[in-house]
Amino acid sequence: MSHDGHHSVVIPAPGPEFVPHTVAHHFDTPVQEFQAAKLGFWLFLATEILLFGGLFAAYFYFHESYPETFRLGGRQLDWKLGALNTTVLLISSWTMAMGVRSAQTSQKQKTLMYCALTVLGAAIFMVVKFFEYKAKNEHGLIVFSELFHPYDGATGSIPWFKDYHGVMAGVPHGHLFFAIYLTMTAIHGLHVVIGAGLILWVMKGAAKGRFHAGYFLPVDLVGLYWHLVDLIWIFLFPLLYLVP
Amino acid sequence: MTTNVPVIDVHAEAHGSGSTHYLNCSKGFWSWAGTLDHKRIGLMYLIGTGVAFLAGGLFALLVRLHLWQPDGLLFKDNVQYNQIFTLHGAFMVFLFVIPAIPGSLGNMVLPLMLGAKDVALPRLNLLSFYLWVTGAVLAALAIILGGFDTGWTFYAPYSLYTDQAVVTIGLAVFVLGFSSIFTGLNFIVTVHKLRAPGLTWFRMPLFVWALYATSILQVLATPVLGITVLLVAFERLYHIGIFDPRLGGDPVLFEHFFWFYSHPAVYIMVLPAFGIISELVSVHSRKPLFGYKLIAFSSLAIAIISFLVWGHHMFTSGQSTYAMFAFSFLTFFVAIPTAIKEFSWVATVWKGSIALNAPMLYTLAFLIIFAIGGLTGVILGSLNVDIHLHDTYFVVAHFHYVMMGSIALAFFAGLHHWWPKMFGVMYDETMAKIACGLIFVGFNATFIPQFIMGSRGMPRRYATYVPEYQPYHMASTIGAMILGVGVAVMVFCFVASLFQRKKAMQNQWGGVTLDWLTPTPPPLENFAEAPTVTNEVYDYSTLDYKAMQTPVR
Ligand SMILES: [Cu+2]
Repeated sequence: MSHDGHHSVVIPAPGPEFVPHTVAHHFDTPVQEFQAAKLGFWLFLATEILLFGGLFAAYFYFHESYPETFRLGGRQLDWKLGALNTTVLLISSWTMAMGVRSAQTSQKQKTLMYCALTVLGAAIFMVVKFFEYKAKNEHGLIVFSELFHPYDGATGSIPWFKDYHGVMAGVPHGHLFFAIYLTMTAIHGLHVVIGAGLILWVMKGAAKGRFHAGYFLPVDLVGLYWHLVDLIWIFLFPLLYLVP
Repeated sequence: MTTNVPVIDVHAEAHGSGSTHYLNCSKGFWSWAGTLDHKRIGLMYLIGTGVAFLAGGLFALLVRLHLWQPDGLLFKDNVQYNQIFTLHGAFMVFLFVIPAIPGSLGNMVLPLMLGAKDVALPRLNLLSFYLWVTGAVLAALAIILGGFDTGWTFYAPYSLYTDQAVVTIGLAVFVLGFSSIFTGLNFIVTVHKLRAPGLTWFRMPLFVWALYATSILQVLATPVLGITVLLVAFERLYHIGIFDPRLGGDPVLFEHFFWFYSHPAVYIMVLPAFGIISELVSVHSRKPLFGYKLIAFSSLAIAIISFLVWGHHMFTSGQSTYAMFAFSFLTFFVAIPTAIKEFSWVATVWKGSIALNAPMLYTLAFLIIFAIGGLTGVILGSLNVDIHLHDTYFVVAHFHYVMMGSIALAFFAGLHHWWPKMFGVMYDETMAKIACGLIFVGFNATFIPQFIMGSRGMPRRYATYVPEYQPYHMASTIGAMILGVGVAVMVFCFVASLFQRKKAMQNQWGGVTLDWLTPTPPPLENFAEAPTVTNEVYDYSTLDYKAMQTPVR
């Protein structure tokens, strides 16, 4: 889009390796552009929280209805792996914050390094998550290969919930805990993957020298997104692994 | 009274430059499909939601025809009837009523009214539109895959058990939800960040206020709908069990989730309509709005209260008596800000210099119909009366008085009002007035019989009925046909105006908000130079009569 005469505001870049940023045509100043994008992004984060809010509401509702199921179900999760993942995400939140700080101070190499560390954190998180799911699969608590098989109304058994060791035998609707666990962690995991993708995208821009003290908006926004992903996990971890 | 607003340069012909505006500044498919211009996006929304409205209307006529006789006239079985009325509801709600006004008129007018070059996030705006298109395609796909018969509300547990394309339509609703969220988000940021210098909050036109309140609801309520339809889809795919009573779940939880969104959604739909009416009563009575601040704040009040009343859809679902009492009381409470608006509009028209043109006729029709729609809402909000009227045609008639009679009519009013602004051409006033008359008569003839038969126990959603109700159903069907003819005349009138090219005036109606102070049709970036606002809103002493007599070039 080129509109004549509306690219008047050009922010100076700190050095030759950086690309100057031009303000979009419908904004008057870079500050206005920055604030608009930031406000929009905060609103988007609010919708994300509300989306998860529905899931949390469901969690609390069924925790109330079947406390025994949730107590037993929670014990089947490995709280050490959960704690490990919590630590990983907390550290990655710090590296992301440092990445944003580096972009704000025009430190290209540091931006790249901290972003890479954050992506590494995301990768570790997903690997740990994979092994957790694998354990559930082996115990028949979430049989992934039969996840989408049809429900048999006659026998009343859910195809993906076999419970080989009968750990949930004594409580009503044992599958409910694992269904909620799977839904919440899978949607959260999807956010982790999307977040990692966004950080990689930011790294591509950083490598080209797009970000500097005069322009660091995408790094800032992706950073906010990553903190949200972290924040949601901070709620998920105690609710699923510890509270029961 | 002075103003620094760049008044339309009516002598520009002297400059010899032909007229370049947003419609003709660039050509070709991609100049539209890839446009970031809010006006072009608004126009594409107008076409899209217009087609959805006509399709939804067609489904309604089929339903009405079927109900002509007690054992049904058209459909081969009840499933097909269920599918068609579900299509009517889903198309009208998700593809038309929710996106239509913000997407088309909002996109077109909001930046103009703010004196901005565009919305704050133009690319997100285009994304909203394509999400809408994706939702529409998914909805069409769901029809091809065998249809869906759950009603637009997707109530569990039926939506979990039926063998139809619920997952696909659920996905469509999810995507449409995000289209709506992004539009709302965009408007909030635009209102906060792109107001022209001097355009304080209390100088903003009320259409802007209404869209702002709507946007808050879109951003805060729609995600809950998103997760709800996702959960229904998951429920069907891998049986979570939270809504399925066979698996320990609770279908009433679905109702809570659904109405937590869908009651505020009523105001997502109706607040923009209020905004249009506020503009139009002022311009076409040439009088400042009575109670400007009251109307502005009542929009916000409605937005806030609307989050606290969802339980009034569930009076028969077995919630606690205390919850029902609270929900009923809070529902009555909504009537206060709503009545403030209605009375303020009437007071605005009072002793005004009223121009009885088509937009004003639609506005007056709205004022009458909305009074009935709103008051019957209070009747339904009363606990004991609702137990009797729940799931009857009385409810159907009530929400059509709001959805169709108020919102769609306000949309038509706004469309007639801004049509000359958007295209620089005038429609045929006589034909438009005839269409308005047909729509008003047809609408009331359709739904007054539904109020009567509903109060006498005719249940909604039934494909067949006992013969005692036949006269009411016949009257309603005849009304629907008249309504259909009226809409057809209106559409023809609009389309014909594009071919007849009868030139509109620069300021066709004598508006004094910024949207009327830029050339018609507006240029690509809306204003030749950035406007500064120094006068109060709706100050008709600043009206430049010359622009009302100068045809567009
Ligand atoms: Cu409601």
